[in-house]
Amino acid sequence: MTRITLENLAHSYLPNPSKDDDWALKPMDMVWQDGGAYALLGSSGCGKSTLLNIISGLLVPSQGRILFGERDVTALPTLERNIAQVFQFPVVYDTMSVRDNLAFPLKNRGLPADQIAARVAEVAEMIGMSATLDRRARGLTADAKQKISLGRGMVRQDVNAILFDEPLTVIDPHMKWELRTQLKDLHRRFGHTMIYVTHDQTEALTFADQVVVMYDGRVVQAGTPQALFEAPEHTFVGYFIGSPGMNLLEARIEGATAHVAGARITLAQGYGPLDGRTQIGIRPEFLRLGTGDEGLPFTIRRIEDVGHHRIVRGQVDGTEVNVVVPESQPLPADADRVVPDPAHLHVYRDDWRVDPARRERAA
Amino acid sequence: MSLELRGITKSVGGRVQIHPTDLTLQPGSMNVLLGPTLAGKTTLMRLMAGLDKPTAGRVIWNGADVTDQRVQDRKVAMVYQQFINYPSMSVRDNIASPLRLMGVPRDEIDRRVHETAEMMRLTPMLDRRPLELSGGQQQRCALARALVKGAGLVLLDEPLANLDYKLREELRAEIPRIFEESGAIFVYATTEPEEALLLGGHTATLWEGRVTQFGPTPAVYRAPQDATTARVFSDPPMNFTTVTLAAGRAGIHAAQWEAGGLADGDYVAGFRPAHLSLSETPGAVPLSAILDTTEITGARTFLHLRHGPDRWVGLVDGVHRRDHGQQLTVWLDPAHVYLFTTDGRLARTAPYAAAA
Amino acid sequence: MDKPVNNRAWFLVLPVLALVAFSAILPLMTVVNYSLQDTFGNNQFFWAGLEWFEEVIHSDRIRAALGRQIIFSATILAIEIPLGIFIALNMPKKGVWASFCLVVMALPLLIPWNVVGTIWQVFGRVDIGLLGYTLTKLGVSYNYVNDPVAAWITIIVMDVWHWTSLVALLCYAGLQSIPDAYYQAARIDQASRWKVFRYIELPKMQGVLLIAVLLRFMDSFMIYTEPFVLTGGGPGNATTFLSIDLVKMAVGQFDLGPAAAFSLIYFLVILLISFVFYTVMTKEGEAL
Repeated sequence: MTRITLENLAHSYLPNPSKDDDWALKPMDMVWQDGGAYALLGSSGCGKSTLLNIISGLLVPSQGRILFGERDVTALPTLERNIAQVFQFPVVYDTMSVRDNLAFPLKNRGLPADQIAARVAEVAEMIGMSATLDRRARGLTADAKQKISLGRGMVRQDVNAILFDEPLTVIDPHMKWELRTQLKDLHRRFGHTMIYVTHDQTEALTFADQVVVMYDGRVVQAGTPQALFEAPEHTFVGYFIGSPGMNLLEARIEGATAHVAGARITLAQGYGPLDGRTQIGIRPEFLRLGTGDEGLPFTIRRIEDVGHHRIVRGQVDGTEVNVVVPESQPLPADADRVVPDPAHLHVYRDDWRVDPARRERAA
Repeated sequence: MSLELRGITKSVGGRVQIHPTDLTLQPGSMNVLLGPTLAGKTTLMRLMAGLDKPTAGRVIWNGADVTDQRVQDRKVAMVYQQFINYPSMSVRDNIASPLRLMGVPRDEIDRRVHETAEMMRLTPMLDRRPLELSGGQQQRCALARALVKGAGLVLLDEPLANLDYKLREELRAEIPRIFEESGAIFVYATTEPEEALLLGGHTATLWEGRVTQFGPTPAVYRAPQDATTARVFSDPPMNFTTVTLAAGRAGIHAAQWEAGGLADGDYVAGFRPAHLSLSETPGAVPLSAILDTTEITGARTFLHLRHGPDRWVGLVDGVHRRDHGQQLTVWLDPAHVYLFTTDGRLARTAPYAAAA
Repeated sequence: MDKPVNNRAWFLVLPVLALVAFSAILPLMTVVNYSLQDTFGNNQFFWAGLEWFEEVIHSDRIRAALGRQIIFSATILAIEIPLGIFIALNMPKKGVWASFCLVVMALPLLIPWNVVGTIWQVFGRVDIGLLGYTLTKLGVSYNYVNDPVAAWITIIVMDVWHWTSLVALLCYAGLQSIPDAYYQAARIDQASRWKVFRYIELPKMQGVLLIAVLLRFMDSFMIYTEPFVLTGGGPGNATTFLSIDLVKMAVGQFDLGPAAAFSLIYFLVILLISFVFYTVMTKEGEAL
């Protein structure tokens, strides 16, 4: 088990990258602590798989270094990095029994038979397959096969890290709950460093202590699920985390007042003069429906009942805005305004969040 | 246009895949088939389309029996989980292909292709090839091909399952609009309860080849007629525990509440994760559980709990960090509790749902 | 999945049925007819019962040919299957070289069989053939015209040269269908090259290997043109395989009855052995 350090790491699939766009992964620095649970979150093509392949050693980065502990492993092949990986689609050895599948990585490393047997029994117990150990892997359901893949990832105790590449893609929603909880549990019990790549925010947020959000080959924010939800540093994070994502409205900022759609909104803090494109962002959870002349003018288009809450979809001055209303709260019939909660309202300049407090500290 | 299934069954090699099913889909309605993998969603759709012949029963389309009609002669369109397009044709030709096969005049084709492309927001990509598009756009192209025919019945088999989470969310919000514009009967298969709720319309819950309930989506969600439907239509899964009724009062250990009108005896109480609370609310009863794990999604916290032999999930607002393995008191408002008989039939619906 | 039934579709199959009846079933029935009767020409037939079958089964000459045939087929299968797998494993997976290899591999398959025979006949000649001349000059005693061992070796080498490509191409297609994740997982599991082959590649190739074995068995069991061109079945009867013997019997000696019975037995033997291969290999697949 090891700390993983990425130093000025970048990758391009082109031989001579010149433009910014040529880089699949733009220069980045990052430290992943020993025993942490991390998620790499982003849409397809954002560079998260490139990063994962660099960590697992399937890809050598165009620049920068990757360290496991103090050891530079940038040029080392997968084998010498001592990692485990679980793939998107189940990889099982069809002709072997479940037991042999689980024992395979240990046998290859020449462990004594009694140790292997003990460890396999333990892992089988964890993934709930003790009863099917002697069955042939061929013919099992996708769920079961993916459990075997997870088990093979877990079976070695000496690994530096376990990498997960969208491991729950083929799993039914109900089973996802079970497997995710098991993963959490395993992480707590064995303390492996785990890196989990996914495009699914629920999986990322529920699994990881630290979520790294990637967009267009760049890390736009790394933080706890709470930080990503409450204070998205980039509009992409606001959009990508949360269902529906953050509402963004063009605004002109003057001190502690935002001018939006012909109305004024009082902000929690004062802002200095801002150039560039300015927007305010607020999550649907922190908007309230209202009437009269409070807040912003709002026209309701559609109401979706999602069970434990309702999504009210509508527009503020031509921009799509969503409001989340809890199941227990009644919907005002004549609502024509939305009122933001100033404590959860953020100001963005050219897509990056402006933090007045930080500016004060810096000054 | 309406579609009616009368006593449809399907068995293959002696194994029953669809038990006798009656289902009437109203003209211009959105119908969701909700159930886990292998519950029979795809099989039922294939029967509706005429791709498979039922073992027994009739399929009635607009009052006419079409059970023996070939799929080509029925006006149906189907969209699959995989994005199926002709890779060597432009998006325009892809959308036009069903019309060309039908022998529609050229200017009519142009008109309808443009109309559909506009509806699916594909107009700027008409001259590109499918493989040059993103996954979401590819699936939109497949949808456009299904819709351009003007088919009266559009079957969508987990059409968003292969898309990224966020793309799925966007397309999911668009499908109701597309559906309203097309005027056709939509049948939409999914494994995700949330998707069913977002799409609205009507929902049929499926479990092991049986339609367990069919009705307006919010009604099926809030007033499930049996424990199976409640389980299928909850994500995270519904929590269950055994309760004993004595003298009209239901009780989980010390927590007791009034459950009038039911005979005394054993029942199974069911309640959804979002209805558990960490703080006392008016009328709620306290329950003691052991906390296994917490999962924080930013806005909410999932609590994985053990209550005697039962495993529960709680979904509470806000971020709550608690130590694992500790004893915890959670609060439950009896208004949110469904009571089922021990063989799974509904005995008493949750009072809040009855009031709604 | 059963589809709605429309019986009219059967009419569309009629032309093919007629063609098959005319080209396959009629000749076969003629053979059956001949095998049960005796004729002296002039369209005069006499009922012979199972006499020809008994004669064929007890014929030493045919038994010897069958023995040679089995040895031949077993030998070329034992060489071509492993060699084909080996070549497939070592072919480049993508890029220009992959296409190049595919073209080179396909070349022998494009040459007509009698031409293959002719090529090797010339190639092996001691006076003008590159192979025969070189070997002789090097002091190796090689002459396929009068040395049975040399004749056998030449025919086997020729068949391997001609057909290993087919096995290799089939295996190559099987290998291409294995997702990359399997190899990555194996590397992470620290599996040796042999284990990758044994537990990933071989199971995934099982289907194509079955086809390869069946095709190569049936083809080699019926081999005629190449040895006929190369050695004409000699020296002596050393390379007289079943089909060469059959033709000698039917055309050379005009023994139509025994030849017909021989054909039928020949046909049944191929069917039986193919069936055995099929059952064993699909069973083994389960057990692998």
